[in-house]
Amino acid sequence: MAVKDYIRDRFFPHLWCPGCGHGIVLNGLLHAVEKLGLSKNEIVMVSGIGCSSRITGYVDFHTLHTLHGRALAFATGVKLSRPELNLIVPMGDGDALAIGGNHFIHAARRNIDITAIVMNNRTYGMTGGQYSPLSGYGTSATTAPYSNIDHDFDIARLAAAAGATFVARTTTYHIHQVAEFIRRAILHEGFSVVEIMSQCPTYFGRKNRVGSAVDMMEQYKTDTTPIGSKAKKENPALIERGVFVEKELPEYCNEYNRIIERAMKGH
Amino acid sequence: MSSNIKFLQGNEACVEGALYAGLDFFAGYPITPSTEVAEQLSIRLPQKGGKFIQMEDELASMCAIIGASLTGHKVLTATSGPGFSLMQEALGYAIMAEIPCVIVNVQRGGPSTGNPTHVSQGDVNQARWGTHGDHAIVTMTASNNQDVFAITVDAFNIAETYRTPVVLLFDEVVGHMRERLILPEPGEIPLVDRLKTSVRGGVDYHPYLPREDGRLPMSDFGGVHRYNVTGLFHDMWGFPSNNPEVVHGLLRHLVDKIENNVNQIARYKEFYLEDAECLLISYGSSARAARHVVESRRPRGERFGLLELQTLWPFPDAIVREKCAEAKFVVVVEMNMGQVLHLVKAAVNEPEKVFLANRIDGVFITDADIRNILRLIRGKGV
Repeated sequence: MAVKDYIRDRFFPHLWCPGCGHGIVLNGLLHAVEKLGLSKNEIVMVSGIGCSSRITGYVDFHTLHTLHGRALAFATGVKLSRPELNLIVPMGDGDALAIGGNHFIHAARRNIDITAIVMNNRTYGMTGGQYSPLSGYGTSATTAPYSNIDHDFDIARLAAAAGATFVARTTTYHIHQVAEFIRRAILHEGFSVVEIMSQCPTYFGRKNRVGSAVDMMEQYKTDTTPIGSKAKKENPALIERGVFVEKELPEYCNEYNRIIERAMKGH
Repeated sequence: MSSNIKFLQGNEACVEGALYAGLDFFAGYPITPSTEVAEQLSIRLPQKGGKFIQMEDELASMCAIIGASLTGHKVLTATSGPGFSLMQEALGYAIMAEIPCVIVNVQRGGPSTGNPTHVSQGDVNQARWGTHGDHAIVTMTASNNQDVFAITVDAFNIAETYRTPVVLLFDEVVGHMRERLILPEPGEIPLVDRLKTSVRGGVDYHPYLPREDGRLPMSDFGGVHRYNVTGLFHDMWGFPSNNPEVVHGLLRHLVDKIENNVNQIARYKEFYLEDAECLLISYGSSARAARHVVESRRPRGERFGLLELQTLWPFPDAIVREKCAEAKFVVVVEMNMGQVLHLVKAAVNEPEKVFLANRIDGVFITDADIRNILRLIRGKGV
């Protein structure tokens, strides 16, 4: 199937701003799905609220557009009730890690077979550029007019510590890696997290004077490095890209099937 | 037949009713005084191949049951006031996206953490208006185990019929009191299964296009039809729309499908109403005390009667008005500051004859409490 067969083309052009990285994520996602040869009926995409969540409107899968931060909780209900479906949950950084932070760590802890994609643009775009938990100390936002004193955290390390069994990070500059990591995340049996740094030139870019969309993508190239590279040792400020965690552990729905067997035997 | 007679708690009677109705997915979070519902279902659901999950909080519990309901399962969650507050967000989503689900709230004293181990009926209005925006909702209750069982089955049937959340508003006394339950045989109480679309896969399908009777034949999510589900106002395909006609039409549909069926959804019981001069209106555990008053007065020739409401929302105004028409006094017996009192006053022709007999201190209202208030109402002093 061609990539364009996976989209609902009557909703294009999309609502994202010119230069936004989210369209690149959508592109990578569709290439991953196409490469896996999944049929549209096998995929359920669940999203929350925000710019990122609007991705569900554009894909011709079973799509569930839910509440801010709660996508993973809805997805858990869908997955546990129909384990044969593939669950993909794209979220923004505020969506996944501020209002949805608790659901995020607990979905990871359960190791339920869901693919979480965090489209990290370091801001709340839909509401106009307020600081998010990923904006970082010293950044500027419409709610941080005197500079942000909130510290950010590392999504990949958080996901790994919470128990996710596949954790990867890349950026919209590295489009082939986006598609490849999403493909591997979908294939992985267990809770997988792919963080994709995605530029928001409209709000984060303007407020922090980091240049145009192209400039921001250029920075993704220069400010990141493969995990464990020599460059990272020389310059610890570089952000690592790559697969941080990939391990096999019992998956939640499979474990629950064993509970059912045990309960039925004892009954 | 003897094996069909159980001695158990109200919370367990609710579990029996839910399983009888076809429950196969539960998500919840522990909270007093509802926890027995979760504990029992963690044992019972996997025995029949169903799923139980303890989520990280009540926000997630409500979201998880919505997800599972969409895929075609009968779903339940159980909580009490503080958890019910957290569920209001996704409850509104279930109303908007028309997801059948049943939410048990075993009421305790509030506001806030309140009085976790004591009885209250303070969440009647929260069940109605806890989530934001105009909407309609169904809320039901019961006063004894047999009725808890039956009303739970009913709640699932109504949820499936109208594709709506149904709140089961029990209270601590009903939830924890142990008494007899006679389990009906399979098939004895009719069950409603979800209306499914007859449209084949690959054909343009309108999941959110109601039939003329307001019912929605939706296909299971993850099946042959791919569609969108959203908490935004949406068109008949389920895609977001802020077209004024679409918004108006959907909101009217969501409210009308419930409010236009108020009499079909109304459940109530009457005791000695034919010639009642003093009519008590009550629901949940307080109806037990009210019934005791009525049954102790009747042998003395005093014309007392009881209207026990089992459907609280949509409030059955016309039925209450009709039943109260001949009464000299109407006394609403409840364990809150008059949440149903105001509804009764609004429903009847002579609101000045409606009085309140209540307790709000976490102590179960007794027949003696009601008798004392009746003396005051009838001008006989204490």
